[in-house]
Amino acid sequence: MGLLSDPNRRRALTNLVTRLNTPLCVMCYIVGITWFLGLAFEPFTLRTYMSENAMGSTMVEEKFVYGDRALSYSREFSGHRKKVGGLPVDWLVKTMKSRGLEVYKQTFSRTLPFPDESKERYMVKGTNVYGILRAPRAPRTESILLSATCSEGSNNNQAVGLLLALASYFRGQVYWAKDIIFLVNEHDLIGMEAWLESYHDVNMTGIQSSPMQGRAGAIQAAVSLELSSDVITSFDVVVEGLNGQLPNLDLVNLFYAFCQKIGMLCTIQGKLQRNDWDTLPGYSHSLNTMLLMVLKQSSGRPQGDHGLFLRYHVEAVTLRGINSFRQYKFDMSTVGKLVEGMFRKLNNLLERFHQSYFFYLLPSLTRFVSIGYYMPAFSFLILILMLRALDLWVQLSNTPHVQDDEEQDPGPSMLSLATPIFICHLTGLALYFLPILSQDMATQHFPVSETEAVVFTAIAIYVAGLALPHNTHRALSGSGTECGWRSLKLLSLLYLAVLLGCTALINFSLGFILAVTMVPMAAFVQPSGPRVLYAFGLVLVSPACTLLLSIYFYHYLLEYPITLLECWQQFLMAISQGILDHHLYGSLVYPLISLFIYPCWLQLWNIVFWK
Amino acid sequence: MAGAVFGMLLLFVFINFGSLPIKSEVSHLDGEQTFSTSKVSTEEVHQNQVPDTSYHHHRETFQDEERADPAELWTSPESRSQQYETPLVESQVEEGGQSEAPATRNGLAESGQPPKVNDRFQEELVIRPLLSGDVYSSFQFRTSWDTDLLNKQKKVSHFRLFPKSLGQVISKFSIRELHISFTQGFWRTQQWGPPFLPAPPGVELWVWFEHTVQDVDTSWKELTSVLSGIFCASLNFIDSTNTIQPSASFKPLGVANVTDQRFLRYAVLPREVVCTENLTPWKKLLPCESKAGLAVLLKSEKLFHSSFHSQAVHIQPICQDLQCKKTSWELRQTLSIVFDLHATGQSKREWSLFKMFSRTLTEPCPLASTSKVYVDITETPKGDDMIEVAPAVTLQMHAVVLGDRRKYMVYDLMTPEPYGSLRSLNILLKWKLQDSEEMLPPILHAERYVGGYGLQTGEIHTLIYNNHPFRAFPILLMESVPWYLRLYIHTLSVISKGRENKPSYIHYRPSKDRQYPHLLEMLVQLPPNSITKVTVQFERALLKWTEYPPDPNHGFYVSSSVLSAQVPSAVALDANHTTEGPLFTNLFPIMEESSYFMRVYTEPLLVNLPTPDFSMPYNVICLTCTVVAVGYGSLYNLLTRTFQVEEPSAGLAKRIANVIRRLRGVPPL
Repeated sequence: MGLLSDPNRRRALTNLVTRLNTPLCVMCYIVGITWFLGLAFEPFTLRTYMSENAMGSTMVEEKFVYGDRALSYSREFSGHRKKVGGLPVDWLVKTMKSRGLEVYKQTFSRTLPFPDESKERYMVKGTNVYGILRAPRAPRTESILLSATCSEGSNNNQAVGLLLALASYFRGQVYWAKDIIFLVNEHDLIGMEAWLESYHDVNMTGIQSSPMQGRAGAIQAAVSLELSSDVITSFDVVVEGLNGQLPNLDLVNLFYAFCQKIGMLCTIQGKLQRNDWDTLPGYSHSLNTMLLMVLKQSSGRPQGDHGLFLRYHVEAVTLRGINSFRQYKFDMSTVGKLVEGMFRKLNNLLERFHQSYFFYLLPSLTRFVSIGYYMPAFSFLILILMLRALDLWVQLSNTPHVQDDEEQDPGPSMLSLATPIFICHLTGLALYFLPILSQDMATQHFPVSETEAVVFTAIAIYVAGLALPHNTHRALSGSGTECGWRSLKLLSLLYLAVLLGCTALINFSLGFILAVTMVPMAAFVQPSGPRVLYAFGLVLVSPACTLLLSIYFYHYLLEYPITLLECWQQFLMAISQGILDHHLYGSLVYPLISLFIYPCWLQLWNIVFWK
Repeated sequence: MAGAVFGMLLLFVFINFGSLPIKSEVSHLDGEQTFSTSKVSTEEVHQNQVPDTSYHHHRETFQDEERADPAELWTSPESRSQQYETPLVESQVEEGGQSEAPATRNGLAESGQPPKVNDRFQEELVIRPLLSGDVYSSFQFRTSWDTDLLNKQKKVSHFRLFPKSLGQVISKFSIRELHISFTQGFWRTQQWGPPFLPAPPGVELWVWFEHTVQDVDTSWKELTSVLSGIFCASLNFIDSTNTIQPSASFKPLGVANVTDQRFLRYAVLPREVVCTENLTPWKKLLPCESKAGLAVLLKSEKLFHSSFHSQAVHIQPICQDLQCKKTSWELRQTLSIVFDLHATGQSKREWSLFKMFSRTLTEPCPLASTSKVYVDITETPKGDDMIEVAPAVTLQMHAVVLGDRRKYMVYDLMTPEPYGSLRSLNILLKWKLQDSEEMLPPILHAERYVGGYGLQTGEIHTLIYNNHPFRAFPILLMESVPWYLRLYIHTLSVISKGRENKPSYIHYRPSKDRQYPHLLEMLVQLPPNSITKVTVQFERALLKWTEYPPDPNHGFYVSSSVLSAQVPSAVALDANHTTEGPLFTNLFPIMEESSYFMRVYTEPLLVNLPTPDFSMPYNVICLTCTVVAVGYGSLYNLLTRTFQVEEPSAGLAKRIANVIRRLRGVPPL
């Protein structure tokens, strides 16, 4: 460690860092981005493989042939559903009971903090029906779960039909070692959240639900089915869960293995596998797939019903049947075989999924990027902040040395630092709390609906935050010193680095997207120079703009581009959904942005307007 | 030769019992028994479940006294049949000439001792069709022996019906009582109603030692090792970390005046898997093994094709006579199975002995004094006949079993009647109803689960249901939790109907890490028609890395908690006395059978503990070493280095020039 204790070499090092700071930063940024883009290139990634021994060696034979029965169940179900105008609880209970399951139901109700306009719901009341297949000679300690949602507007009758047909087929088999829960949940995610909270006897989101009676121990894995046609052409697997959590990679591998065995087409992010990795279209295809996954994961929203299981350490995926214009179609028996095979393998599990990766990106179903491969890309971006901070530190420690005789008073300097930070965080708090609290007031005074009131209040507070630097400086006299903004910037950079680092550990995609946008501007803002340019750049990388651009980019990647107006509407909806997700399922993206990232960004904004 | 000797032996038995009064035969043959005898048969069925309280114990003592006294025998149907059947057994043996007599028996007869028979063997099978379409079969084999196994002076060495392996264990370890059960599966009280003999999943072992035993813990340790050899089970996993001494939940069932819990040891291994290798040694304890009698039905390929399988051995002392001056030893071997309608029965509501066990009955065990099959033909709650039984026999019996009035069809295997012309008995059960009917909810049942998420803390919830419409009753709840779940006992809450329900008795022994588990016993009053929720929070301990089992991610088991209660019976619920019976018997609404003892076991729990990634030690070692080296190195460097002001060093060019000059041998600049 002579490097630090030897003043000469230290000086040499600091000289190097300060002199070459800007080129180093630029280089880090380029390397980081290139590294990330390289992740989608096939030779750089690993092939997926099954780590779990219990999954690999045992063979299972699928014998499910009751596709017609599944279809007749689904027809009956849709008939009863139309008659009742909701989930036909009694019919489901009766049908499941006659198949020899232990049937229970759970009612729940939830009033949303404000009406959800995209799904048209405000006061939600519903019932979940679930049947438990008790495994013979098993002590009710473990179970696996199959679920199908039944919510208004969406047509998932075939999934329910298949679930019932599978239940009745599974009931006659003797090889089950784990109980199997067949769950039909109403109001998709809200019902699932209610069910999961009741099952684990916790209440985090304020859902009122009836006490639950039947349980089947620790759920080891869950599969959520979405089918809306009698035949399908391919299966899409959805992995992204709440807060960007992902299921163990082995579960995805299991799905892929059975698709291969049965010969079914399978996709991820709706994208098929391509073999021409060495061509540009092939590369851009897998990059496209990976970027879609990054965008979906960074939103922190559960992309399917499975997403809520992950919090309870239950590995889960959603399987979505797609019926496109392809010629070759698969009937219900084949789909049933796929699910049967997966369940039989899950039944063989001796331990919970733990062998394979929990943190990964998927450029295709056969290739994966593990945390060890993608983290360097992020580290390079964070390194920029570190280098800048080091540079500022050196500058700060040198400045008083020169102006030694001026005897600068440290008092106002501290205050001038603390005040903007404090005010920025207060704005963040206001952004977090006010939209919900003031919705009544807003609807009284303006001709808007509650949802619009919430969204526009949020935007208003967000924009109002931009005006703050002027006001803070009016309050503080004589604070604008060279040293002051440098200290503030140093603090902000370190703060941002810690924030992004922590975010990336939990939700890599979110952390990475924020880093890509915010880091370069954060590194180079200063109150001198082309201020307008800086200000414009900062606004462009502010979290809200990032969201707007991400939405546009997402639709572009989906090969379904949207106009700017549509994008704006989507943006408004995304804000309201983000707030709702936080209140309904405990998603952390909204509080993270409003309480930490936005105040941090405001600090940077303060620096630009430092006087 | 052996056959002849055995025949002689049985002849003696016949002569011994031949002097009994003939009175009893009259009522036996006229089919439906009168009410007065049915009271006794009630006792009999009660006795067939293992009685669990001292209350039962009294009753049982009384029962045994009755049997022992010849003058009282006319009231006991068992002894009546015994007397009637003995010639049949004898003739069978003489005809066939085959004999199962073990060597000890020959030795006994040949040595010329007076063949005083002081042991008896009884076997029976109860088949109960369940409303769900499943079938519950419960075997029970009872061997009793009038001897003192614990006498140190006079060691018992001649064993006839009583298995020698168990007898020696009793005398060696001075055991007062021993109960061991092996169970695979979970009894579904809500669908099947209460079982005759409850048992938790896995292995349960509880033993009362004689108070002469000095070091109970050592005896217990040795005993578990010996038993694991006898039953081919991993009972050697029982150690101090899963052994407890319940203060109130497990009282002696046999004759005993000692209730000092220091002599009681109780342990459950919830993870133990029960299979054929446990069944075979269990069958070998039977006098006829599985060669004759009811035990021929016990074929493992069928027994393990069921929803529930539980086998048990209970050894306890019972009174020999009314004065109870002497005790005899009783060994009960029980086996319960539930066959599943959908998986085994191909969804057809038709069962037969052959379909269930792939065997039929052709003869009783020649050594048995009674051998009976009972088929439950009780009507459904609505009053319809539920099943049709073939071949039908005339002998029927009423009994109050577990607080419920039941009707049984009795096949006495000692008589030729049930076998028919085919000389084999294959009982057929055919459901009259084709749909599953809703069962009345059981009066007491419980469920348990782990709440919360994450790997730091959690909650154990126990829900206890009292479905009785108007009667409250107390239950004794016993929980034993391993030490690695650290219970926060201050968070213990008992809530019934939204209100706090304070337990009137709490016995809590906190755990000690790696030494012994938590033991929590509570007496809770359950209000009528209520759900009581018992909650306690826990923290998951981080184990040492060598303490993890090979499959740490499977989770760790917490054994079932035990509920013991005097449950008000459903018979007492029957207010308008729809069931027939003399009026004088139900003058007062509370009848003798108004409550019965019941033990309910909850589910075991599977809890995940924080588990390190075991491939990590290498990485951890590397990382820690690096951190230590860097930290230590730099600190050491700073501490030992002497700092001094250095003259400004020369520039790069100058230094290079100096190097060159040094090489040239010229003094540096």
